[in-house]
Amino acid sequence: MTKTNISFNTFYKSFNIFSLILIIISLFLLFFKGLNYGVDFKGGTLIELRASDAQITISNLRKSLLNMNLGDVSVKKFGNENDFLIKFEKKSEIKNDFIGEIKNDLIKSIGNGFNFRRVENVGPKVSSELLRSGIIAIALSLTAMLLYIWIRFEWQFSLGALLALFHDIIITLGVFSLFNLEINLSIVAAVLTIVGYSMNDTVVIFDRVRENLMKFSDIKIFELTNISINETLSRTIITSITTLLALLSIYFFGGEILKGFSLAMILGVVFGTYSSIYIANPILVYLKVSQKTILKESKN
Amino acid sequence: MLYFSKIKILIISIFTLVLVYFTSSNFFKADDNFFDKNINLGLDLQGGSYLLLEIDNRPVVTQKLQNTVSILRKYFKDKKIKYKDLILKNDNSIEFLINENQLDFVKDKFEDKDSEINPYYSNYKSHEFNLETFNNLFVLKLSKYGLIEIKNSSLDQALEIVRRRIDEVGTNEPNILKRGNDRILVELPGLDDPMRVKNLLGKTANLTFRFITQNTEETFGTEKLFFEDNSEEAIVSKRIILSGDNILDAKPRMDNQNNETVVSFTLDRVGSKRFAKATTSGIGKRLAIILDGKIVSAPVIRSAIVGGSGQISGNFTFQSATDLALLLRSGALPAPLNIIEERTVGPDLGQDSIKAGVIALIIGFLLVILFMFVKYKIFGFIANITLLINLFLLVGILTLFEATLTLPGIAGIILTVGMAVDANVLIFERIKEESVSEKNKIIAFDSGYIKSRTAILDANITTLIAAVILFLMGSGPIKGFSLTLGVGIFTTLFSVYFLARLLTSLYVAKNKDKENLI
Repeated sequence: MTKTNISFNTFYKSFNIFSLILIIISLFLLFFKGLNYGVDFKGGTLIELRASDAQITISNLRKSLLNMNLGDVSVKKFGNENDFLIKFEKKSEIKNDFIGEIKNDLIKSIGNGFNFRRVENVGPKVSSELLRSGIIAIALSLTAMLLYIWIRFEWQFSLGALLALFHDIIITLGVFSLFNLEINLSIVAAVLTIVGYSMNDTVVIFDRVRENLMKFSDIKIFELTNISINETLSRTIITSITTLLALLSIYFFGGEILKGFSLAMILGVVFGTYSSIYIANPILVYLKVSQKTILKESKN
Repeated sequence: MLYFSKIKILIISIFTLVLVYFTSSNFFKADDNFFDKNINLGLDLQGGSYLLLEIDNRPVVTQKLQNTVSILRKYFKDKKIKYKDLILKNDNSIEFLINENQLDFVKDKFEDKDSEINPYYSNYKSHEFNLETFNNLFVLKLSKYGLIEIKNSSLDQALEIVRRRIDEVGTNEPNILKRGNDRILVELPGLDDPMRVKNLLGKTANLTFRFITQNTEETFGTEKLFFEDNSEEAIVSKRIILSGDNILDAKPRMDNQNNETVVSFTLDRVGSKRFAKATTSGIGKRLAIILDGKIVSAPVIRSAIVGGSGQISGNFTFQSATDLALLLRSGALPAPLNIIEERTVGPDLGQDSIKAGVIALIIGFLLVILFMFVKYKIFGFIANITLLINLFLLVGILTLFEATLTLPGIAGIILTVGMAVDANVLIFERIKEESVSEKNKIIAFDSGYIKSRTAILDANITTLIAAVILFLMGSGPIKGFSLTLGVGIFTTLFSVYFLARLLTSLYVAKNKDKENLI
């Protein structure tokens, strides 16, 4: 068996700068371009329409919908050639049966060669509640991770893992902002899973760092992290591959609804793997973790 | 130790077989209730509607305050309390002036724990109304708990009415639940077009019979109301002859005389008497039938109606007559309901989602086991068998508890497939490391298992934390994801530490002298 020995640690600084740049770009995008919130968080209506009539096109759908005074209407193709996704934010007071009215109006203008496959209608009150509970959920999970690692390791480890998590979440959201991808409830679920996965990856390396700290008192943390990363490297890669294989098959075969969700997770796994090596570990180096850090714990 | 006792092996096998059985019970029907369990499909997979309704309680609160004003009038009169200027202000407070010499006496009437007019809720330690006094001015406002009581009771009423209306429509296995103190969640599986239900739930169905009058000076007061088609308006007395509460039964019916659809109704005893009296004295007058503030029709009374039944006409189609009859039978909502969230999935999309989910699961599973086999050969094979059983365990547990499977839930299963091998990978990699220094294979395997344990536990607990938070905070489909992800962690740990370890130990015991075992 050949032992891997890659000098990850010589690139700590350069990759930290690289990550910092990515984070700054992402934050810049998040502040100035913002996120493309779906109906879950912005309120409004989404209709997935399947046409059986070839005459139905984006342009005549849009034209008929614009005549209904629904405000800003967006119509686009959704996966399949004759599937369309219609979104609008109706500002005026919503009547309980307005979806039915839209359906009737559409039948009048483009005939009945279509059906509504999915309708989602979220009022402004509910959407702001969903957004709030989404943010609370993410904040809560980050706090829980912070505490867990603190209890299991030391605060230096906890901080390293948390910064790595922030890194993954911010960059993933940055990519979503850059490509104008929709943020909905399932993206929140994806972000939380990323939190779990990235943590999982970091913890495995940290576990080895701790073990090696106990074993070698004379090796500096700079070198020690590198040894630990190398020792766990094949596991890191194999698990990333199997997870990515699963996620890619969701992305390509799991249908249109799961696309955004699986994409967020794919990004999260890639960044999570990277950050476990290049964010979490350098933090230990910067915080000058040594055998003493660990021994102090066991004394208490 | 790699050693497993016979009894342990037996327990592991039984547990596994039971869950594998439950997985397969999704695909056939058993006679026994306990053994015939199925995973519930979420609305996103079987199609159906999810509606979140919110009660607009303002009219209920106003009504409550108006009633309180009349109760106070009577009470003050009975107790010989001198008061002045008793009014309802801004629809949220009741104000009145009290004679100087009775201030303490009256105050006590409101703040006493046995108060007749301001009930005390001992569980909340609060009265229904908060009383503020400014010299001889008394101001009553609903207390926080008074308001909660009102909301709760109107929610209970509304829930009952919603349930009755949905039952009358006859959808299969609707799920109707309270949410907070002013919301009702309705899940209607398998319903393709929720339009009719939405229409029925959107109506308060407040029905009254009142005379149309020309005289605006009537003692009860009058109001101008529109006909349903907005064509004309009429002045209607505020005196209520009959209300929907008096209706015992209602049915749509074809009126043979003029060939139109009408709604016929029968009244209770009190209603019959009042109806008879009013129609006897009111011959020649027009009686308006008013539904939710609009006049449905206003026929002229030609003869006294004493039989306790009658009919409503008003340009109905058979469908609208059926719906009106249904609304009258099930009763009026205490307050209007608004649909604040709706999610409807057609059954064909649900089918497509199931298909896509299953295909993604199969492909994901095949890719992962292929990779593991190429990477670890015989141990990859062991890991793959474990993974397959893990999948059965996961689905088996979900079936046993009849959990709800959603599309993100399927994604959770696929993700579990990808992540479940992690534990085995951690162990195998550790064994490889240990084998470098330890020549005794059994010891190397043993310490591989032991030394990787903390990393595996920590790694899985972090994922579990994320899943639990998601389960607590998420709703609907997302809950399904966190459920499969969370249960998947337990089945993974079980299958890795019992099944994979058992298989590994059997293999290693037989081949302990082989070089490069892993």
